Parts: sequence; structure tokens; C-alpha cells
Amino acid sequence: MTHQIPALEMTGISKRFPGVVALDAVDFQLLQGETHVLFGENGAGKSTLISIMAGAASSDSGTVRLAGRETSLRNVADARRLGVSAVFQEFSLAPTLSVAENVVMGEQPSRAGVVSHRAVRELAHRRLGELGFEIPLDAPVETLTRAEQQMVEIAKAFRSDLKVLILDEPTASLNDTECERLYELVGDLNRRGVGVVYVTHRMGEIRRLADRVTVLRDGRYVTTVPGTTSSEELIRLMTGRVMDQIYPTIPPPTSTVALSAVGLTTRDQAVSDASFEVRKGEIVGFAGLMGSGKSHAARACAGVERLAAGHLELHGRRVTGASVAQSLRNRVVYLPPDRKSEGLLLNRPLRESVSLPWLGRYSWARTLVRRRSEQRDVADVLRMMKLSPPDPDRNAEAYSGGNQQKALLGRALLRECEVLLLDEPTVGVDVGARVSIYQRVADIAEGGAGVVIVSSDLPEVLHLCHRVYVFCQGRITAHLQGDEINEERVLQHMMHWDETEAVG
Amino acid sequence: MTDVVVETKPAAARKRRVNVTGAAARVFARVGALPILLAIAVVVFAMLSPNFLTVDNLQSALRQNAYIAIIVLAQFVVLVAGGFDLSVGSITALVSVASATAMSDRLAAGSSPAEAIVIGLLIGLLVGLGAGAVNAVGIGMLKINPFIMTLATASIFAGLALKVTAGVPVSGLPADFSDVFGYSSWWGVSTPIWIAIAAAVVLWALLRWTRPGRNLYAVGSNPNAARLSGISPGRTMALAYMTSGVLVAVGALLLTARLQTGESNIGADLPLLSIAAAVIGGVSLRGGSGNVLNAVLGAVLLGLVTNGMNLARIESYYEMIVLGVVLAVAVLADRLRGRVAAAINAGRV
Repeated sequence: MTHQIPALEMTGISKRFPGVVALDAVDFQLLQGETHVLFGENGAGKSTLISIMAGAASSDSGTVRLAGRETSLRNVADARRLGVSAVFQEFSLAPTLSVAENVVMGEQPSRAGVVSHRAVRELAHRRLGELGFEIPLDAPVETLTRAEQQMVEIAKAFRSDLKVLILDEPTASLNDTECERLYELVGDLNRRGVGVVYVTHRMGEIRRLADRVTVLRDGRYVTTVPGTTSSEELIRLMTGRVMDQIYPTIPPPTSTVALSAVGLTTRDQAVSDASFEVRKGEIVGFAGLMGSGKSHAARACAGVERLAAGHLELHGRRVTGASVAQSLRNRVVYLPPDRKSEGLLLNRPLRESVSLPWLGRYSWARTLVRRRSEQRDVADVLRMMKLSPPDPDRNAEAYSGGNQQKALLGRALLRECEVLLLDEPTVGVDVGARVSIYQRVADIAEGGAGVVIVSSDLPEVLHLCHRVYVFCQGRITAHLQGDEINEERVLQHMMHWDETEAVG
Repeated sequence: MTDVVVETKPAAARKRRVNVTGAAARVFARVGALPILLAIAVVVFAMLSPNFLTVDNLQSALRQNAYIAIIVLAQFVVLVAGGFDLSVGSITALVSVASATAMSDRLAAGSSPAEAIVIGLLIGLLVGLGAGAVNAVGIGMLKINPFIMTLATASIFAGLALKVTAGVPVSGLPADFSDVFGYSSWWGVSTPIWIAIAAAVVLWALLRWTRPGRNLYAVGSNPNAARLSGISPGRTMALAYMTSGVLVAVGALLLTARLQTGESNIGADLPLLSIAAAVIGGVSLRGGSGNVLNAVLGAVLLGLVTNGMNLARIESYYEMIVLGVVLAVAVLADRLRGRVAAAINAGRV
């Protein structure tokens, strides 16, 4: 391995944006057939680096060598011709076109300018077959699951002469089975000699996939280490912090029950017969696979999801069937997982996203908005959350993912909550932002709120929560507390519903 | 020492030049393309026709376009909420014939002109509200696509207006009606302009200072986020269409006063004109953004261009072409403004 010519070699890559040095003389080397993880906090320069690799951005200085030959990648088409393809987080699919049409887009087989639909289907069929994807060729892309869309995107990136494949957080929205498929694919590609550049925040993926890991921090190359490097060490390299400093100490909960749910069944049957409780000052985890009902259970508590059966009590008072607005008046707050689709008003000043659920409280007679106090309080919260920049009048879309997530959590700081339900609070958020989010969550719990964390991130659940409910196929399959909370047990109950039911 | 002086001179000169373009860019990013286009239009037409830049002409141009400005406001409200209204023209026609018919009937039945006018105004506003409510139910409650729903109601309302009048203009309105609402003036400014200003100020205040106004922006920007914050997107959308219906009615009444008859065949160009003016005013078709002042300025720009070309005796065919060009240029300029603003934010200018 050591003596082969690298598939891709970048040396001294620098990229300056106005006021910011995004990359400062970064080196990166990708061998044929290896999976090389790029690791770093948001803003460390990973995105810029892969954009340059993929031809989507140009570097100010530095050289790029493909298979030993110095090359300049002027645009994405250039890069693809040379065997370098990228799958970015934002898909570039045409939602209403078929899978086949998307897969061959840009290189439709045609005769005299007339596209032959049969040839399109054949080429797409061949390509998907090579990759072992089973996706209906004629289905419009918009009808596919996110994972299937991801596969189409990969198939699009895939060409027979593929040498380098760049995957930017490809599993961010995949469930575990789908992730497994992707990992297998990456392994396959490696065996065929394709070098894979893999951007991820997930430790599990690094352990599972990485041959080597290159760590970036603040636009600089830190080091390249083997994929077997421990998570603690990687995090230390990435942040200059040790693992213990990521999760705050959580004070013990009180014994007063804040919210209790008995026999909760949602109308869409995503949750059935779930009973749980959250005490004041307690952080409770909802663990489970995607589609296990953990998120729906939390949504049901805040009136987002309609109930078919069961009841909810807040401090002993019946609140079954409360609407979202009523739940907010009861100070039961749900913060959604997807900032862009459900969380923020992207083209509005960030202030409006933060104060959105509380606008009634910032209004005379619930009608006339008291803009000044709204402005002041939101500005305070943004400063408290250490947003950069802490400017409430900047549009929400102008902030990075970590900052957006902090702002969303700011909603819970604007008013004291009785119950705070956080759905995947740290998806796509770098460690720095995580630390401050976790600290705030701990503060909120210490302040007397009952906190529910719905999370697919196991370490988060293991380290933050006093108790954990594990969901599987819409039911609660385990209730773990204290020493019972460990990775094996949670995983076991997440996966094997039948067994646990036999036990129960 | 001398070396240093020689070195710095060109650098300083360069710096100054950069600052001039930088200042221009900053102005552009701050105010947008609209005031600049307005200024260009004024200068061009002032050169083409000596009569353009006179108080009388500008006043009459604004008066003639006051009703359009109000209908642009109506369109603006639904655009902000993330909707679309193709029925503003048909509602205009329906309000015009309904109010005119009511007034001439009352007058014929022996009512006093004042009484007839009040009843006519009320009927007009109610018809506008009712038409808005039909859109509101279809879009807000039944979740029909706004484009389709208002296309349907545009046809329905236009048909109703024709049916009521058999296509014949309704005449016999009280003379006071058009005297007061079409041609009177207060402190030298004609009444339609005052009413347009009042409508704009009220709408501005509602959008800026009230919760329903803020909800409108929230729903237009991201209906899911609004829903999770306890705001009903359907109800908010319905509110937008009802407000829009009333605003259209106000515009339609002014137009009726100006024409002195109730017309069933007016307003065909209003849907496109109002959307164009709003877009020129920087309102996003994706909802959630835009402000009242710019929407009004968009209407004023279109009005001045029409007026200027009339004065310069430019054939009316060219008018359509120029309006199309202005629309395209405004949208392009707005996109450029986004880039310039980003560059300034990033400290590149």
C-alpha cells in the first residue's frame, strides 16, 4: 500500500474567503482503495477541501495530483471526466424525473440529439446493477425514501472509470439498515480500487470504515492517523479538548413528576401503548431506530401528533389532546430535528425564528407585538448561546448548522419550560456547538424543567440521560436507568423487539 | 523615505477608487434596485417630455394609479403568506358592478345620494370580503393549490360580474360618488392618493406590529415551523385572502369612482400587473419576505413608466414591451443586489 501512487494528492492547498482563511496550506493524500475520513468541526475547512477536490471550487494556491499527474480541476464536469465524483449533502436530483433519467443525467445516450429512452433505461439499469442497488427505474425520485435518493445520487456519481468518490456526511438521514447498505457499498468500491473520501462526525462510522483519518482544525491540517485511533484521541485532535469535557455533569433529578403519559397511541399508529414519565430536573432519553416511534412519542406530548388513545398529565393535570398552541401555553416545548424543514424561518431575521412560539407572550392583549422587548430578549439569548455573530436581524439561512441549532434551543431559554422535548438536537452539529448545547440542556434541567432527548446518537443518550426509554416498532421495549444504561443493552432493545417481548 | 512615498501614492489612489464603487455598492445593497430604476425612469421621461416632471402630471399619474397600488397591496398580502392571487382582476370587476348596481338602484328607488353611496361602498366591501372568503375557504381550509383555486375563482367572479350586468356598463351613479372618491382632493393631494397611502400605512402597521401580521410572514416563510409554534397555516392563509379581498374592493371602488360606471370587463390585466409590481418591489414569490413600502414603489414605478410613455407619445404596444423589460431587469437587479450584499457582508467591498 505504501509504495503505490496515491489516487489523489493535494499539497499546500490554501483558500481565502474575504476575511477568513478557509484553508491554510492543507495537505491531503488519498490512496487507491482506501477509505479516508475527513474529520473536523464545522468550519474546520472540510467542505471547502472537498469542494476543491470535486472541482466545485478553486484553490488560491497549492497543487492537485491525480494518479501522480498534476491537474487543475476547473469545474465539476472536469473532475468527473477525470474520475472524481462527489455526493454532497444537498442532493442535486430532479425530483419529478425518474430514477433512470436522474442516474444518467448529463450523459444521456442519444442519437442525433434524440434521447433514446430504452438506452437511458439500459444504461441506468446497468449502473444500478453494478452497484447492487434495487431501485425501480421508472419511479419518480420524489417518491423514494431519503436513502434511496442517496443511492440514486451515488449511482449518478458513479462511472465505470471512477477513481475517487467523495461522500459528505452520507448517512446523516439514513436509518441503520440503510447505513449498513452504504457501508457495504463503500467496502465494495474500495476493493475495486476506488478511493473514498468520507466526511463524517460519527465515531461509529470512523471505526467501521476508516483506513485513515485526516483531522482539520480551523482550516489547518492537524495530522493523519490510522482509523483505529480511539474516539477520545480523535476528539482531542479535533478540538484540543478531552472527551470528559464534552458532556456536562448532570445534577440528580427531583422526585416530582412533570409529565406522564399512559398508554399513548397516536392516530397514525406510529406509537402504540407507550407509557412514560419525566420528572422535574430530569433528562430522559428516547432511543430507537429511525421509524421506531421515538420521535412521534415526543411530538404527541407537545400536541404535534394527534392521539388515538391514552392520556397525558402535566403536573397531575390532564392535558390529553392539547393543541400545539395549548401545549406552548402549558410551557411544553418541542424542538424539531430538521432545522430547515420544520424549525426555522430561513428567509426571515433569526429573531423571528427564536421568538416564534412565544410571540403571544410578547404581545399586548396577545395582538400587538412588543418589538423592543422581543428584540432585547432574543439578543440576550443569542449572546448566552454564544452565537457567532449574535445578530438577531441576520437572516436565519445565513447561519451555519451549529449556530442554527443553538438558536433553536434558544427558544427554550426565552421562556422557562415545564417540559422540553428535543428531537435530535445535535444532528450535523460540530463538537464545539455540541458542548454548549449539552451545557444549556443541563442548565435547563437544573432549572427544574423535565427534558426529553430523542436521539439516534447513542453516546449522547448514554452520557446525558438519567433514564432511557428504548423504542422499537412503535412500542417501548425497555426502560433503563442508572447502571442499566449501556451501549449493548440499548442496542439490543433497539433491534430485537421480538426477543424483548418474549422476555417481557 | 522617498521610496515609500512613491510606493504609497498609487495604492492610495486605488483605495479611493475602490471606496467610490464600494459606496455605490453599499447604497445599492441597502436600498435595492427599485429607487434606482425609479430615478432612471424619471430622468428618461423628463428628457423625453417636458410635461412629465410637473406637479400636475405626477399628481395625475399617481391618482390614476392609486387603485392599482391598492390592488398591489392586496396581492402583496397573499404573496407574503406564500400564496398567489389570480382573481384580483375578477374581484375588481365584481365589486365594481355590485357597488354600482347597488348605488344606481338606491338612487332610482329615491334614496339620497349620500345614502346610496354609503350602501354602495358597504356592498362593495362586503362583496370583496366575500370573494376573499371564497378563496380563503378553498385555499386555507380545503388546501387547494392557490394558483388553481384563484384561477378558478377568477373565472367564476368574472362570469358573475358579466351575468349581473349582461356585459353592459352600469351607469346612473350619484355624481358625488365620483366627485368625492375620484376627483376631490385634500390639501392639494387627491383623495385616491390619500386612500392608497392610508391603506399602505394601515397594512404596514398590521404586518409590523401585530401578531397576525407576523404570523403571515412566518407561514409564508416556513409553514411547518409555524405549525410547530402553534400557528395554523390554513387559518393564517385564509386571513390573508380575506384581507386581500377587502383591499381589492377598496381599489375597485376607487376605479369605479374614476370611471363613473360599474364595469364588468375591467381588471383583466390586474393579476399580472399586481404580481409584477410586487416582484419589482422585491417581494419573494416563495413567500415570507417583502415590505409594504417597496410593493407600493413597485406600483408607482409601473405607473410612472406608463404615464411617461403616454406623454412621450410612445405607441402602446411598446408600453407592454417596456413593462416586460422592467420586470425582468428588476428581478435580475434584485438577484445582483443579493450578491453585492453578500460580498459586503463578507467584507469584500
